[in-house]
Amino acid sequence: MPKAGSRRSRRRFSVEAFVLLPMALAGTVALAEPPLQPYAVVGDSIPRPLTGQPGDPDAGRRIVADRQEGLCLLCHSGPFPEQPLQGDLAPALDGAGERWSSGQLRLRIVDARRVSPGTIMPSYYRTQGLVQVAPAFVGRPILTAEQIEDVVAYLATLRR
Amino acid sequence: MPMPRPSASTTYEKSRTSTRHPLALTIILSTALLALSPAQAANLTDNRRSGYAFMGPPLRAMQDDDMTNPASLWQRDGETLWAEPIGEAGRSCADCHGDAASSMRGVAARYPAFDRTMNRPIDLEQRINHCRTAYQKAGPLAFESHDLLALSTHVARQSRGLPIAIENSKALHPFLAMGRSLFHERQGQLNLSCAQCHDDNAGRSLGGATIPQAHPTGYPLYRLEWQGVGSLQRRLRNCMSGMRAAPYAFGAEAFVDLELYLMWRANGMPMESPAVRP
Ligand code: HEC
Ligand code: HEC
Repeated sequence: MPKAGSRRSRRRFSVEAFVLLPMALAGTVALAEPPLQPYAVVGDSIPRPLTGQPGDPDAGRRIVADRQEGLCLLCHSGPFPEQPLQGDLAPALDGAGERWSSGQLRLRIVDARRVSPGTIMPSYYRTQGLVQVAPAFVGRPILTAEQIEDVVAYLATLRR
Repeated sequence: MPMPRPSASTTYEKSRTSTRHPLALTIILSTALLALSPAQAANLTDNRRSGYAFMGPPLRAMQDDDMTNPASLWQRDGETLWAEPIGEAGRSCADCHGDAASSMRGVAARYPAFDRTMNRPIDLEQRINHCRTAYQKAGPLAFESHDLLALSTHVARQSRGLPIAIENSKALHPFLAMGRSLFHERQGQLNLSCAQCHDDNAGRSLGGATIPQAHPTGYPLYRLEWQGVGSLQRRLRNCMSGMRAAPYAFGAEAFVDLELYLMWRANGMPMESPAVRP
């Protein structure tokens, strides 16, 4: 971390801690963003896409591989020969499109807790019930509805 | 350096369950655990391994030899500051404490410690600043400033090899319980808890980085990624940013409670300060 920036961000954080902690104790963090698209869970799946546009598998591949955006390779591995640093906290993504329908994949990304209550996999389309969220991320899901459709479209192509 | 022998299970690694009934389990587990003496706790948890055990031979060698350990530069600056008269009182640390090699031996191994004037635990950095303001009549040093890191590194170096020894005192129990619940609380946009990584997934690869068990045995330490020495709180802020959580301010009570819990959880493990980490 560059020395010059760290002092500034420290001051910013110390103020935030005062502001955020009381809200965090109240259970949720205030929302300023527009609400999420509604979706319906059927069994272990979200059959209907979150958007009117079909997802783009190439964009989805980029999101999955991106360590700031999708974050997937922190925990998972997958068919990304160009990415030497992959995680092993979770099942490999290879073959995911063979194991699961698009609707099942969608629910696993939107809210993996619905399938596996204690899971460490974050719910990518959720803004409520979170504690001590960094200000830059308050009220925002990890991925947008469009990005989730892209990721689903990409995962569906993963066949062994 | 000697490492505790691995064993099958520990009593405190129940975070999966505890996230479902956080309050109830926190109270039950903390009460049960805090009834143990540090020595008993150490016996129960002998599968604990320091971050040192997860590093390769080159980094271990760098840590072990004062000549190659970059933190030695900070420690030597600390040694100089120790003897410098400062503040309105014109007194040095040495004027009150004498030779750090004897007076500071084992001190860092029992911090955070309960402070009667604050009526709560304070960590080593806060202790040093308390001496500065109360006895040297000088201003406090900023958290993560070179001088505070230098002094805390010098003091912590005097505990190298000694077992961590957080006191089993009733006064500390509520703060330990708070630290424990913070460790198990999910937080941030990614909704992760410390325990999910450091209890449940230690030894696994998080995007290429091996997850250690989060034992604070080596702080302050030199981190290659920082290209400098940093405190335990700096490390915890890194983890919190990774969870996309708002890190607590330096010196915040929540941080000291977490530090206290981490040190208590590592009771009996040998101090390595100043360590080296990737
Ligand atoms: C912090 C860790 C973590 C991150 C980040 C993460 N996952 Fe997961 N994921 C898991 C775990 C653990 C499981 C296993 C489910 C369980 O816990 O029961 C899982 C399960 C899955 C499954 C079902 C796998 C199977 O074959 O059973 C899919 C698909 C999946 N994840 C995709 C993704 C994608 C795509 C991303 C990024 C957009 C992602 N995950 C990010 C931890 C993670
Ligand atoms: C998503 C995983 C993850 C979470 C959540 C997490 N950490 Fe970490 N932590 C890591 C990794 C990975 C490292 C090692 C980084 C490295 O060395 O490159 C680490 C390092 C540490 C260390 C340093 C250990 C040493 O040997 O020096 C401590 C202490 C620590 N974490 C405590 C915490 C605490 C307390 C929390 C919660 C506030 C937390 N961590 C949350 C992944 C995590």
